[in-house]
Amino acid sequence: MIPSSNILSVLLFFPLLGAIAVLFLRDDDDYWIRRLSLTVGVIEFLLSFLPVWAVPPGANGFRLEVFIPWITSPRINYHLGVDGISIFLIHLITLLTPIGILASWNDIQHRLKEFHIMLLLLEMGVIGIFLSLDLFLFFLFWEFGLIPLAFLIGIWGHGRRVYAAMKFLIYTMAGSIFMLVGIIWLYNHTGTFDLIAIQQMLQSGQLILGRKTEMLLFLAFFIAFAIKVPIFPFHTWLPDAHTEAPTAGSVDLAGVLLKTGAYAIMRICLPLFPDASHRASHYIAVLAMISIIYGALVAMVQPNLKRLVAYSSVSHMGFVTLGIFAFNQVALQGAVYVMLAHGISTGALFLLVGMLYERRHTFEISEFGGLATRMPRYAAFFLFTVLASLGLPLLNGFVGEFLVLLGTYQVHWRWAAWGALGVILSACYLLWAYQRVFFGEITHEKNREIPDLNNREKWVMVGMCFMMLWLGVHTRFFLRRFEAPCQTILQQASPNFMREASTSPLLRHDLAPNSQERAAR
Amino acid sequence: MIPIPGIADINRVLPELVWCCFGVILMLLQPFVKLRQALTFIAMIGAALGTLATFFGTYGSGFVGLIQFDTFSIFLHWLVGLVAFLVILASDSYLERENLDAAEFYALILFATAGMGVLASAQELLTAFIGLEMSSISSYVLAGYRRDSIKANESAVKYFLLGSFATAFFLYGIALVYGATGSTNLSKLAESETTNNLLRLGLTLILVGLGFKVAAAPFQIWTPDVYEGAPTPVTALFSAGPKAATFALLLRIFSTVHAATQFWFWAFWILATLTMFVGNLGAMVQSNVKRMLAYSSIAHAGYTLVAFAAVTSVRSDADAVSGAYAAVLFYLVSYALVSVGSFTVVSELGGRGERYLTFDDYAGLGTRQPFAAATLTLFLLSLLGLPITAGFLGKLYIFSAAVKSKLLWLAVWMAVNSIIGAYYYLRLIVMMYMREYKGALPAEASRGLSPTSAMVITVTAIITLYLGLAPNHVLGIVLSQNLILSSR
Repeated sequence: MIPSSNILSVLLFFPLLGAIAVLFLRDDDDYWIRRLSLTVGVIEFLLSFLPVWAVPPGANGFRLEVFIPWITSPRINYHLGVDGISIFLIHLITLLTPIGILASWNDIQHRLKEFHIMLLLLEMGVIGIFLSLDLFLFFLFWEFGLIPLAFLIGIWGHGRRVYAAMKFLIYTMAGSIFMLVGIIWLYNHTGTFDLIAIQQMLQSGQLILGRKTEMLLFLAFFIAFAIKVPIFPFHTWLPDAHTEAPTAGSVDLAGVLLKTGAYAIMRICLPLFPDASHRASHYIAVLAMISIIYGALVAMVQPNLKRLVAYSSVSHMGFVTLGIFAFNQVALQGAVYVMLAHGISTGALFLLVGMLYERRHTFEISEFGGLATRMPRYAAFFLFTVLASLGLPLLNGFVGEFLVLLGTYQVHWRWAAWGALGVILSACYLLWAYQRVFFGEITHEKNREIPDLNNREKWVMVGMCFMMLWLGVHTRFFLRRFEAPCQTILQQASPNFMREASTSPLLRHDLAPNSQERAAR
Repeated sequence: MIPIPGIADINRVLPELVWCCFGVILMLLQPFVKLRQALTFIAMIGAALGTLATFFGTYGSGFVGLIQFDTFSIFLHWLVGLVAFLVILASDSYLERENLDAAEFYALILFATAGMGVLASAQELLTAFIGLEMSSISSYVLAGYRRDSIKANESAVKYFLLGSFATAFFLYGIALVYGATGSTNLSKLAESETTNNLLRLGLTLILVGLGFKVAAAPFQIWTPDVYEGAPTPVTALFSAGPKAATFALLLRIFSTVHAATQFWFWAFWILATLTMFVGNLGAMVQSNVKRMLAYSSIAHAGYTLVAFAAVTSVRSDADAVSGAYAAVLFYLVSYALVSVGSFTVVSELGGRGERYLTFDDYAGLGTRQPFAAATLTLFLLSLLGLPITAGFLGKLYIFSAAVKSKLLWLAVWMAVNSIIGAYYYLRLIVMMYMREYKGALPAEASRGLSPTSAMVITVTAIITLYLGLAPNHVLGIVLSQNLILSSR
């Protein structure tokens, strides 16, 4: 048995070991490359359940911490930890990686070895982001994940893949370089990269940031994360990257990579710069609402099925941003829930779109129509996923969005109203797209011969649909586990000028009017 | 009366003596030894022995204050010695392919290395001048070593003419400094209270001369042409050795001569900004990989100058100053090794007569030559400053020095430049992995790497990763107390 202090390190580096093992296989040994990487992915998925025992429902703070000094100057520590939020996001990536490998079983035929190595390295980078408790380590994994994903898009993608890969890289790097300046600034004023230590310094008043400094630092971090999420004006890389990426790449990108941005906002921006977060919250909420509605409207007019799903991600991630910046327990939990739900349902949508592409080599909606009679199984899975994605009660999409709207309503009812509009729009574009693809007459001769799902594809989809149902029904199982961490984040994020007030439970409800007044002034 | 140099003095210049002796031996052997591998082996032994000879020296100044033997100079001796060793090893297959004489080539490399050694330990401006000339004159010859190539000739003549100008500036600067203070010894200058305009003018001219050698804008015009025309292993040497040694001299001058520092802050600020932008914007539009790396070397000189600006702005804070010194030295090491590695790959892929140097020739390299492509990608990512490579930590330390000195604008310029840099480095990576080769593949292009060059590439790649993952040892050296001894 692995000693408890090493669980996280094993979890983090197992994909790397797997990638090295794959590296030693022969280039043309397709059979074993696929099977070995799938095995590594599945074992990693099972490994990710080990830390679950350390994070029981209601647990607060970081568990299974690993702390090893690494570089002496500047003092950088290998500091990992897991809590109720990050554990689920890690499950998400460890689940989606083997699924992605399965989905590319026939899809990817050339340079198979590199493909699987890149997938495994990407998995490691993402897990690293969720585990790091040291800003430097966090930055390291943040950058580390970019390269494999860019290769996935650039080598195995479709159409304008090189353009999409370059755009993705330059966008994210441009954001992160300013984050690096911010991280260094913090180090110079605190002497540490340790996230928890810096938080404690801020809470105890050892480190006091000026109004302007705090805002600048907040922006340096926030823009890097906003590009990843993506929030409205920073989203333009996403449709290209999603559309051109191979199926496995899109699944990982939509499923988990976008969540790293939102996770980082919750983990770093809110606790470290509470005042600035509150001051900026109104502007960001407006951007989030624009993301929700604009993403949905643009998705509606897309002639390309994959692009449609990509824009729907912009819309759904808007809910996450809205939920975070509502500064409300319910909304924040809802935001985390949307992250998980969106990871599953959008991942599944990309899988389905990828399966269609394998058969017809096109994403154009106009190329399809009447598929329901030809591929009934496929149509059923697609409908299930669409309903989950548009937020049908009892499926995963509903819970998170409902909680976000509920929480936001308590704070600013107008925000909730605009957000609700997004829910309606998502039903429009998804059902309309479904109608055009599956119903009506078969207009293209090629569609008459189109085969239905094979067993491999069927079982992948059964797994995904099970997850959607589970997330939709057994809500408490998930909510209980990230309730306390969300509470902690909100406590840390309460701005200094309200901290005294908020300790008294009676005054807590005054939070909302207060902030509205401030905005009015 | 000048005292007779003792054995301790000799020991302090032992590395230079060894390098020069081996250079002479190689030239003497040329008529007798026809086997190129033997000459390569002897030259490598020479480079290694010279480096190891630093163990014999004792700390302190030698030859009545002409040279200073301290951690700083040992560190740089190791760096230039290692670079010479790797470049000699990498030249072996190049010389065979281009059918060039080996002995003279190696001798010149060793002489140039000795010059760099002198530069690194010079405590007196005239000693520095001698070191500069030793390394420069060898470099002029090396630049034009491919006699039958027009580009190489252009490279050598350009380098020689402009280099001579720069040396003249440097010498004139020394004269003016002597006129102002009555001494050219750095320790004496450190004690001198003089801060008149004559001294400032003298130091300006010194800065111009050295700025030329490190290819700082606006003195960088020669760099792309010279780097492109010179044999590629020599380009590797140029971008690593002389640059590191000249930066070392600059650091020593501006760390000891206090009169220079406050006054020079803006000079370094402007030089750094200009150099970064010129280098990166120039590199962006190149279609020749060697030229792109030449411009990128200008850009990296700019990053190093940011740390100089940081040194000059925070004289009073000892911690910040030593942090900035460490940043410079770490950056020099990381850049030198990455540069040797990447130019070696370029040299191997160039083919006979260095014909395959454009971006298009690199298309599809990822499938044709996985090892070369993978290592070149690593070097490019290090130049770009991505984590777990040496280049990332180097950049981090410079960023850190700039932020600590409250030079936020300079840090922002550096950040902007890093993004510009990302574009052209990634373009090459994209070329190697995501594009197919157009047209018929020449037979030469799919030939594997020679074992010697593969060795150099492996060593530099390992060091690049090692410095990025476990930098503690090197940091221990560059952050040591009394890195630079200024007392006599």
